[in-house]
Amino acid sequence: MEDTNNILNEVTSGEYKYGFVTDIDTDVIHRGLDEATVRLISAKKKEPDWLLEFRLKAFRHWQTLEMPTWAHLRIPPIDYQDIIYYAAPKKKEGPKSMDEIDPELMKTFDKLGIPLHERAQLSGMAVDAVMDSVSVKTTFKNTLAEKGIIFCSFSEAVQHHPDLVQQYLGSVVSYRDNFFAALNSAVFSDGSFVYIPKGVRCPMELSTYFRINAQGTGQFERTLIVADDEAYVSYLEGCTAPMRDENQLHAAIVEIIANEHAEVKYSTVQNWYPGDKEGKGGIYNFVTKRGLCKGEGSKISWTQVETGSAITWKYPSCILAGDNSVGEFYSVAVTNNYQQADTGTKMIHLGKNTRSTIVSKGISAGHSQNSYRGLVKVSPRAEGARNHSQCDSLLLSSTCGAHTFPYADIQNETAVVEHEATTSKISEEQLFYCRQRGISVEEAVGLIVNGYAREVMNKLPMEFAVEAQKLLTISLEGSVG
Amino acid sequence: MLEIKNLHASINGKEILKGIDLSVKAGEIHAIMGPNGSGKSTLSSVLVGNPAFTVTEGSVTFNGKDLLAMEPEDRSREGIFLSFQYPVEIPGVSMVNFMRAAVNEHRKYKGLEPVSATDFLKLMREKRAVVDLDNKLASRSVNEGFSGGEKKRNEIFQMAMLEPKLAILDETDSGLDIDALRVVASGVNKLKTADNAIIVITHYQRLLDYIKPDIVHVLYKGRIVKTAGPELALELEEKGYDWIKNTIDN
Repeated sequence: MEDTNNILNEVTSGEYKYGFVTDIDTDVIHRGLDEATVRLISAKKKEPDWLLEFRLKAFRHWQTLEMPTWAHLRIPPIDYQDIIYYAAPKKKEGPKSMDEIDPELMKTFDKLGIPLHERAQLSGMAVDAVMDSVSVKTTFKNTLAEKGIIFCSFSEAVQHHPDLVQQYLGSVVSYRDNFFAALNSAVFSDGSFVYIPKGVRCPMELSTYFRINAQGTGQFERTLIVADDEAYVSYLEGCTAPMRDENQLHAAIVEIIANEHAEVKYSTVQNWYPGDKEGKGGIYNFVTKRGLCKGEGSKISWTQVETGSAITWKYPSCILAGDNSVGEFYSVAVTNNYQQADTGTKMIHLGKNTRSTIVSKGISAGHSQNSYRGLVKVSPRAEGARNHSQCDSLLLSSTCGAHTFPYADIQNETAVVEHEATTSKISEEQLFYCRQRGISVEEAVGLIVNGYAREVMNKLPMEFAVEAQKLLTISLEGSVG
Repeated sequence: MLEIKNLHASINGKEILKGIDLSVKAGEIHAIMGPNGSGKSTLSSVLVGNPAFTVTEGSVTFNGKDLLAMEPEDRSREGIFLSFQYPVEIPGVSMVNFMRAAVNEHRKYKGLEPVSATDFLKLMREKRAVVDLDNKLASRSVNEGFSGGEKKRNEIFQMAMLEPKLAILDETDSGLDIDALRVVASGVNKLKTADNAIIVITHYQRLLDYIKPDIVHVLYKGRIVKTAGPELALELEEKGYDWIKNTIDN
């Protein structure tokens, strides 16, 4: 038993591979947050008045709020006046074309495996690369524009498609929604904007890569995806940050709108710096993600592989407003060392015959705490609503915690709601069986964990499935027991 | 090939093996028989390095190398294979992925490149035929939902894939009906060459009707108390283990 514990401990103490810092001149504003900060950010981005007003309303509302305390998380006090709310890599001086990018930034994203030259790209994937508070480059913009698809940075969308942004911004996640949503709405800097016109199937995966680089900053990005009638898009988000002793705050909002018979697949591979083995440093990942299945027969599917961040607070949700609409949530959340995660989903059934599926796979190691929290709500008029939830926990040490908090609020008696939950461990017999076949302990743990998470991993786009599998194995290096 | 000298081993402080001496040469099939609790499965576990057991005395060399100093995975890569008495289920891990990981780790150990997907699938197909293993089973998760007979067949299939120098079959006959026993035994016989060796651990003689041993040992109370030719198995079958017990205990 001791042997296995030791072995598993060794296997799950891996190193974070993306912890480097890019040495680049950064335009940072002063620390702290007040109305002047909000105005400054808006001015830097040359925003229209309505957007400044939106920010100010959010900011004033935020001032009346307290941080939520209901999650199963121990969050150290955060000094919101000690955070830098805007940091942008400086453009080099001299006359340059719009598309020219600082070679240092190119190198950074290359190193992260996200080449920004279109010719070097994985075919079939367009990328918006965001460093700290600004979008560095969006690839394949023109190719996509031919089909009427808009894929650009949020700032650009505000300049070039203000009517679309104004129509949908805050329509799914109101600035009044919660503490972090209000904060984000006040100070958000950049992110991605996607619009898929009616009847268009987006021919490539769209992807945004978020990178925190500057010290002392927070990242507050905003993503807005609108799929018009019968449109389809698969969107992928990745993120990493340098290794630092300080904690950095990441408070994002993602809003998705799916009109009639539209389908949006949103996949996340979250690999923010998780802190060191003693729990020092790491990103606080406090994110509000929500999709609105607005039209009849629309579908929104969330797939997340969460391996990073010191603390995760995140519940990608679906509001199933359209009749016959479908919501899905597939999640693998890995916590190791002193990481904490409180993650899950909300499925709000409003329309008739709406269906939702929840599959959550928690994997806990070291001294980490991993919670699933989910709500299934069926409104009185949601005749024939159906939900199936499955929440599994895999424990890799005797010092970690796995918790499940399922909530159900069923107000229509025709609804069928099912919930299953299991808790398991990697057995010594399984490990030994693998080793007897010549498979090393690391590889064996990777195999077993990936097998456990397979149902969710299968939902990821092919291009990322392999990476995500490796990531699962790496984030658990040195931890089973 | 295998030299075991004065091997003592214990579990949770209780000594199970009390001085085993055994020598196995390439091309040989050895049968180790004995009553329940005599230490048969402990011997196989110790040879493959199961961490639940502690070796307290003695030595084991395998092709000149100190086997006891090796990690279990290296023993496998050196060519020792155990057909488990109770193969474990690994949910979600397909046999294909599992076997590919195993085959590639063996190849890496030999300094070879990983096998290509096409070659690997070809190899799977070829080796499946040895034990008549259904393609459906090969695409399922490791041992998950397999019947007792299918699990044992799957063990021999893995043996065929890894081509060990020394295969230890631990009670491979237990839980098998006569038809399954024939298939499994004929699979083992197909894999037998002049360069490899097999140790068959069994309680009953019936498996030895199909896999013919060159040498039969009787293990009792942690020691090999009798060694002879294949006729010993038949004698045991006829007289029962009490015969051995009475001889030794008196």
